[in-house]
Amino acid sequence: MVPLSYYLVLSGILFSCGMVGFLIKRNIITIFMSIELMLNGVNLSFVAFAAHWHSLAGQVFVFFVMVVAAAEAAVGLAIIIAVYRTRETLNIDQVNLLKL
Amino acid sequence: MNPFFNLWLIPILPLAGAAINGFFGKRSSKQTVSVVGLLFPGAALAWALWVAAHFSSPSLPYQEFIAHWIRSGSFTADFALYLDQLSLVMLLVVTGVGFLIHIYSVGYMWDDPGYYRFFAYLNLFMFFMLTLVLANNYLLMFIGWEGVGLASYLLIGFWFTKDSAASAGKKAFIVNRIGDFGFLIGLFLLIQHFNSLDFAKVFVSVTHLPAGAGTESLLTTIGILLMVGACGKSAQIPLYVWLPDAMEGPTPVSALIHAATMVTAGVYMVARSHVIFERAPSALTVVAIIGTLTAFFAATIGIAQTDIKKVLAYSTVSQLGYMFMACGVGAFSAGIFHLMTHAFFKGLLFLAAGSVIHAVGGEQDMRKMGGLRSYIPWTFLTMGIATLAIAGIPPLAGFWSKDEILWKAYSGPHGSWVFWRIGIVTAFITSFYMFRLLFMTFFGEYHGSKVDAHGRVSRRRGHDNHAHGEPHESPMVMLVPLMILAVLSLVGGLVGIGNRFEDFLAPLFGSVEVSEAAGETASRFAEYVLMGVSIGVAILGFILAYVLYVSRPYLPQRIADSLNGLYVAVVNKYYVDELYASLFVKPLIDGSTHILWQGVDRKVIDDTVNNAADGARHVSDEVRHMQSGNVRSYAGWIAAGAAGVIAYMVWLGVGR
Repeated sequence: MVPLSYYLVLSGILFSCGMVGFLIKRNIITIFMSIELMLNGVNLSFVAFAAHWHSLAGQVFVFFVMVVAAAEAAVGLAIIIAVYRTRETLNIDQVNLLKL
Repeated sequence: MNPFFNLWLIPILPLAGAAINGFFGKRSSKQTVSVVGLLFPGAALAWALWVAAHFSSPSLPYQEFIAHWIRSGSFTADFALYLDQLSLVMLLVVTGVGFLIHIYSVGYMWDDPGYYRFFAYLNLFMFFMLTLVLANNYLLMFIGWEGVGLASYLLIGFWFTKDSAASAGKKAFIVNRIGDFGFLIGLFLLIQHFNSLDFAKVFVSVTHLPAGAGTESLLTTIGILLMVGACGKSAQIPLYVWLPDAMEGPTPVSALIHAATMVTAGVYMVARSHVIFERAPSALTVVAIIGTLTAFFAATIGIAQTDIKKVLAYSTVSQLGYMFMACGVGAFSAGIFHLMTHAFFKGLLFLAAGSVIHAVGGEQDMRKMGGLRSYIPWTFLTMGIATLAIAGIPPLAGFWSKDEILWKAYSGPHGSWVFWRIGIVTAFITSFYMFRLLFMTFFGEYHGSKVDAHGRVSRRRGHDNHAHGEPHESPMVMLVPLMILAVLSLVGGLVGIGNRFEDFLAPLFGSVEVSEAAGETASRFAEYVLMGVSIGVAILGFILAYVLYVSRPYLPQRIADSLNGLYVAVVNKYYVDELYASLFVKPLIDGSTHILWQGVDRKVIDDTVNNAADGARHVSDEVRHMQSGNVRSYAGWIAAGAAGVIAYMVWLGVGR
């Protein structure tokens, strides 16, 4: 049996990759994918804990996260298309109107 | 059995008059205002007379409880009235002279646009003054005390569009406040040591205090503090400066408030507190010294004044000094006697002066009068009587009371030759300046130009808006009060013959008089000699004034020239106002400007508020740059925050 810590380390690595991608990438699509990566990192830790403690709650959480991620993908891609249509760019640094 | 006097009606009636005239007077006709303004004080007078007719000495002191007021722990102060021989005298003087002056005001103020306001204030004054004299504890007395101060302020500044009147009102109020400060501290000491302000309780406790240095120093402190209050209200050195300026008010006000009644409140208060003063000889000495000095000092200033009302004002200060001198030597009944006669003749002098001013169209400078005797014979006659009375010519009122004071100053339980000597010199000066006033005003040639009198009218809005040709006699409504007061000045002193007035007040002041009675029989002869001297100086003053101002009118100028420095000092009232200005007023204004305003207010308070606001703005200016609009920087902040939280949680876990 694979020990819990292995799963958690992998989950942490996934999450960190997602976060670093989110922070350093400029393309919105890439950022979007980084978010998915972070979500999946978290999902992994959920199911690992669920298996370890023999509790279904973690797996139920994962289903919720997947549903939300799917909804998010739908809405997010729509926003991205809208942004591209109005701004003609996908560079995040040029989409900076949300400020004081 | 005590009769029930319903004393509360006496102060309440003028208050009702003040309320009616104050609230509705503006829309009423002058006739209505006059009726209301006269009816209520008149009713108060009638009630006071009824009380005077029905009281019997054994039933006094009579106390009347009206309502609870302050109950704090074991300390109580109630709305309650107190009537004894002393307050009865004050009651009759205030309502009687007050009512006469109200009648006079109808004529004097008739043409003033503020007619209703004047009567409202005057009635309000009567209310507070009656509260003052009828109160049964110091606190209620203090209410009246402050109330008359307020009424005095309102009436001095009655013509408030005139700058000098407005500032004279303020001056009176502020100077009085200094005195009140002393008075209040005296009251606090009374509460601390006797836990009561009721006259009856305090005086019983005071008499039962064990003799000793502690008791005496306590009572001396209280006495001197009360005297500070009296100095303010009764215009004694060093707080007399407001009274001459108070002459900016209409003349009936000067007569009622600043001569006959309010300014005597201090004398009344000292006499009322005689139990305290009798056990504190040093405080009595202070009272006597202040009184004597004031009497002399103010009289000398009176010599050189040319404004007819200013002469009378300094004369009032001087006469009040006499009253305090009497109280200070332990002859309280003589002081009260002089208070009463002074109310008659000084009220009359002011009203007559008002009649003179009325006659010449608002002129107050005596140098521009003269020869008025034939124009206004009734005013001349009554003013002449008042002058004889104040100068101390027998058998007029002033003679009896002033002679009583001078005799007691010499023979009283705390008297001495020094007081008598200064008193007799003052009597001479008094006689001189009063006859000077009379001669300058009524004898010689008329110096006022007729056109001038006409043109000057607009300056004094109070009266005489009608054109002026020659000086003319005042209407009957003004002359009748003059005549009544003249009769009182003529015969008012007779109640003092054979010590009847003193005997009347003896139930209160008895303890003093007895100790002195033994010595009195031995020196009957001395009393007559001193009486002769005081008549002598009065006549001497008359002769001197006659010589200087009637037979040789060129002499005063020559004397003034030869006494150059002294004369200038006297004309300028010894520069006391200037001294106070540089000693107190200017440092106060400078300190307020440079330290309190520029220093504390601007540098501390304003800067605290402004700097707090500026600081908040600067900090937010910096912090605002976090919100750049750059999504990745937002994400960075979130990540940093999350990392921080996690680090904290980990640290917590490690710590455990």
